[in-house]
Amino acid sequence: MDGFPILSALTYVPLVGAAIIFFWPRASARAARWIALGASLVSLALSLVMLAGFDRDASGMQFVEHYDWLPALGVSYHFGVDGISVLLLVLTTLLTTLAIVASWDPVQHRVREYMISMLLLETGMLGVFVSLDLFLFYIFWEVMLIPMALLIGVWGSANRIYAAVKFFLYTLAGSLLMLVGIIALYQAYFEQTGIRTLNVLELQQGNYGHSFQMWVFAAFFIAFAIKMPMWPFHTWLPDAHVEAPTAGSVLLAGVLLKMGGYGLLRFNLPLFPDAARSWAPAIMALSVIGIIYGALVALVQTDLKKLVAYSSVSHMGFVTLGIFAFNAQGLYGAMIVMLSHGLVTSALFLCVGIIYERGHTRLISRFGGLATNMPIYASFLGLFSLASLGLPGLSGFVGEFLSILGAFRAERVAGVIAFAVVILSAWYMLWMYQRVAWQRAPSEPPDPTDPEAKQAGAPHPVMGGAEADAVDPRTFRDVTWRELVTLAPLAVLTLWMGWAPQWFMDVLRPALELVASPFGRIGF
Amino acid sequence: MANWIFLIPLAPLIAAVVNFIFGRWYLRDRAHWLAILGVAISFGVSVAVVAQVARDEVALSQHLYTWIPAGDFQVPVTLTVDQLTAVMLLVVTGVSLLVHIYSVGYMHGDPGFYRFFAYLPLFVFSMLMLVLANNYLLLFVFWEAVGLCSYLLIGFWYRRRSAAQAAKKAFVVNRVGDFGFGLGVMLIFVHLGTLEYTGVFAQVGALPQGTITAIALLLFTGAIGKSAQIPLFVWLPDAMEGPTPVSALIHAATMVTAGIFMVARSWPIFAASPDAMLVVAIIGAATAFVAATIGLTQYDIKKVVAYSTVSQLGYMAFALGSGAWVAAIFHLTTHAFFKALLFLGAGSVIHAMHDEQDMRRMGGLKRHLPLTYWTFLIGSAANAGIFPLAGFWSKDEVIVGAWVGGRPIVAIVGLVAALFTSLYMFRVVFLTFHGPERFDAHTVHPHESPPVMAVPLLILSVGAVFAGFLGVPPERGVFHRFLEPVFSGHGAEVHHVSTATTLTFGLISTAVALAGLGLAYAAYVRGAIKPAVVAARLGPLYQLAYRRWYFDEIYEALIVHPLYRLSVWLWRVVDIGIIDGAVNGVAGLVNFTAQRWRRVQTGLVANYALAIALGTVIIVGVYLIVGSTLFQ
Repeated sequence: MDGFPILSALTYVPLVGAAIIFFWPRASARAARWIALGASLVSLALSLVMLAGFDRDASGMQFVEHYDWLPALGVSYHFGVDGISVLLLVLTTLLTTLAIVASWDPVQHRVREYMISMLLLETGMLGVFVSLDLFLFYIFWEVMLIPMALLIGVWGSANRIYAAVKFFLYTLAGSLLMLVGIIALYQAYFEQTGIRTLNVLELQQGNYGHSFQMWVFAAFFIAFAIKMPMWPFHTWLPDAHVEAPTAGSVLLAGVLLKMGGYGLLRFNLPLFPDAARSWAPAIMALSVIGIIYGALVALVQTDLKKLVAYSSVSHMGFVTLGIFAFNAQGLYGAMIVMLSHGLVTSALFLCVGIIYERGHTRLISRFGGLATNMPIYASFLGLFSLASLGLPGLSGFVGEFLSILGAFRAERVAGVIAFAVVILSAWYMLWMYQRVAWQRAPSEPPDPTDPEAKQAGAPHPVMGGAEADAVDPRTFRDVTWRELVTLAPLAVLTLWMGWAPQWFMDVLRPALELVASPFGRIGF
Repeated sequence: MANWIFLIPLAPLIAAVVNFIFGRWYLRDRAHWLAILGVAISFGVSVAVVAQVARDEVALSQHLYTWIPAGDFQVPVTLTVDQLTAVMLLVVTGVSLLVHIYSVGYMHGDPGFYRFFAYLPLFVFSMLMLVLANNYLLLFVFWEAVGLCSYLLIGFWYRRRSAAQAAKKAFVVNRVGDFGFGLGVMLIFVHLGTLEYTGVFAQVGALPQGTITAIALLLFTGAIGKSAQIPLFVWLPDAMEGPTPVSALIHAATMVTAGIFMVARSWPIFAASPDAMLVVAIIGAATAFVAATIGLTQYDIKKVVAYSTVSQLGYMAFALGSGAWVAAIFHLTTHAFFKALLFLGAGSVIHAMHDEQDMRRMGGLKRHLPLTYWTFLIGSAANAGIFPLAGFWSKDEVIVGAWVGGRPIVAIVGLVAALFTSLYMFRVVFLTFHGPERFDAHTVHPHESPPVMAVPLLILSVGAVFAGFLGVPPERGVFHRFLEPVFSGHGAEVHHVSTATTLTFGLISTAVALAGLGLAYAAYVRGAIKPAVVAARLGPLYQLAYRRWYFDEIYEALIVHPLYRLSVWLWRVVDIGIIDGAVNGVAGLVNFTAQRWRRVQTGLVANYALAIALGTVIIVGVYLIVGSTLFQ
């Protein structure tokens, strides 16, 4: 293994796949699918090999590849992973593979271009997680933006152009702020030491003044807060999710949102610890607002994807809440929430996609009683809904509880308010489940034995009634083998992370201790 | 035996998983065998483990693995059996086994048969882990897990909107309690640095009084939800939407007593806070009284039994609040027998009447269902506290416990509620089994249940008769001596009860129970008292009880609906209007400005030439003014 550039290999394999599809103009849709699947599987396999060789006790970067690139500017080609990025990396390769499988039949339009976008996106995402040079990081950060915007804008639903442009411009605005921050940091380090470098690990050694930290921290933070997305920078997310194709939503929720939290842990905390401490109260307040606000707004959504999107806003609040508690429980919690959200929310979007394929609607009010004719589907949807609402024994609980415990330890009030979300999340998730998988669909005749049957069809006092239409959920067939293949691994991982998070936490430990070291390593 | 403890929860878990995965296509109507086998193994191992605990008088424990290692926050999965857990193990596995057997008959032919026998063992697993846990987080995990099982089983007939609604309500209302419970757990960790019972109890006395009270009250919030105390009891009556065996097992005998168990388990925390104890006692007494008044007025047979459960849980809670720990657990144990019996008996009636639950359309069933009648009568008498059945001993001890614990008012409220208990229980008996047949005999042919349902009824009625003798003589029975090691140390106060007090309360309790019986007889058999007239005379008071003290309406009006409106407002106004409006506004502003600036690009060379000339003039002018000495 020594010397083999495994990080480069797994990052560029999808790019090679994309190139093959691109330069083989006669490739059929079928060939494009298989090439994409093959490339993503190779990348997945390489990431698993890397994970197997990852030393869980070592602190610092592993599998480092470091070559000078533009020495005059201090730019280098610098890849490496630690406990934080290694798990996100595997999450990315896994979710991309599943996303490609999930778009196998649903995507029939411009399949080659679709698969090229998916693979480019994968390279961009992987590059973000492995880059240790800010120049390289920024390139991958922007590379990732374009295929995602294309996925939404070309393969999305009705209002896709608006959503794609909004997504692109919003994120770009944040990136440009970050670029300003990068340049400022580069210059400050140069003035201090006379060395031009964009190496993150080296930049961390610098001593930056407090007011400088405050400004550059903010520049980075806004970029990450938009990506995350943090309240009140979140409004691009519901639009993007609703319009994106299923696989787009999966990668958007599963991986792209994680980049915000990753960026905070990789850049903001180690580079600007003083500013982080100063900003923490404000950020915690925004996190708590986001957690409660996201849950309340999710409660009244009529569109399944919007419900999941707003629940993401709520869940991502736990990431910032945990990180800015600066203690062991908060940091572990933030990372576990990111991983868990990557699994669970992706799975929920897959679930929405499955019934969208059958009913061509995402309106909650059109469904009902799916547990009868789609028992396997209903079991998965139930499992992921429960994981999302933080049921102990599933992955969501571990992260949320630790994150709240960390916050509770650092700032009592923040922990208490944030914890109140357990009531709201149970409410919106179970209500959704009740209307989708249980009860009767509006297109069915009422149950004569049900004393409340009269009310079932009555219009809701606030949301208005659901007109019965052609959608008859009773005709939906249960999940196919292909769909089962996409859901089952996520279910297994959700259970694993819920019952035995120890393995994940061992991988994270050295890296998180390093992050916590400027903050007194509270709780380690 | 310590190395075999893991089998107790594992056996039902395996049954649950196998039935869930293979039930629909392979096992179908054979699913019950595995479930019964799993619970039977669990029962057998429990008996062996408990026997060892009883013999050696030391707690057994088995460490399985470390669940969460987050820095100094370490949560192990360790199973511990002490005397308190031992009692719970026997109650849970014993009643579960009987309910599983009963369900084979009750659920026969249901399309969800396999699903039922997957969820029920899953519940048994969760409940056993709950009582076996050795730390608060693990307790919390299975606290929520039993809530999930309850959700799945209340919503078992999920196509019914009312069932789906009740399931969601149960989960969400319980989450309100869990919110407090979780905060209590966090507070314990933040102050004591551990969540393991032994460590917590050893250190808790050193904390400031206010902190102890806060911890105790937060933990009790969880119990208020799970054990259906005021103000969170509203979910339990709705939970009767689930199949009747579920009501018997989960919503009477075991899960709802988890809150009582948890408080008893945490007694060193509660005992260290007199304020918290007072709150527990008041809430318990209020629950016992309010639920009993509601029970007097309901017509649905299951609803009456459900409110009776709420009321009896109130008894247990005020016993805890009076420091009568053993009495609370004793009542929990006897209640498990007679309340499971009552629910299963009610189920037998409902089964016989083709799913009729309204007692106004029953009557005279004694002739048709003799076995159900006699067992139900035993259960009712036990619940009413008729000497010498199980309920008499435990309820009497609870009331005496409150009296000697310095809570005379609570004891008196308990006696009043006991009168109501006897009245509503015999009201059910007389309305259902005595008097004229008020159903259409042409369409309904009541038939006695099959043996698979009858045998559990018989076994439970034996328990309802004899379980009380475990606590005889009062305060010094087998039960008390067995539990004594758990509730000593940590500065426990022991109230010694004089024989005179015991005897006096025994007589008062008996008199009260008989008075209730007499009233019910006068009203529903002899017709000497007209219930309708009494109801009319009581007017608003009757309405208050009949409408269940308007708890649901108040919550709907004050919490649910305003919160919903707030959410709609947040979405429509704040999110779409203000936040997204600002985002689109910025984009619109850029667009607007750009549209204006675009006009500058006219494409006419003359215009550009003019602009260049003007620009040159301005630049030169500015230079001359600022940069040169021309004007100075």
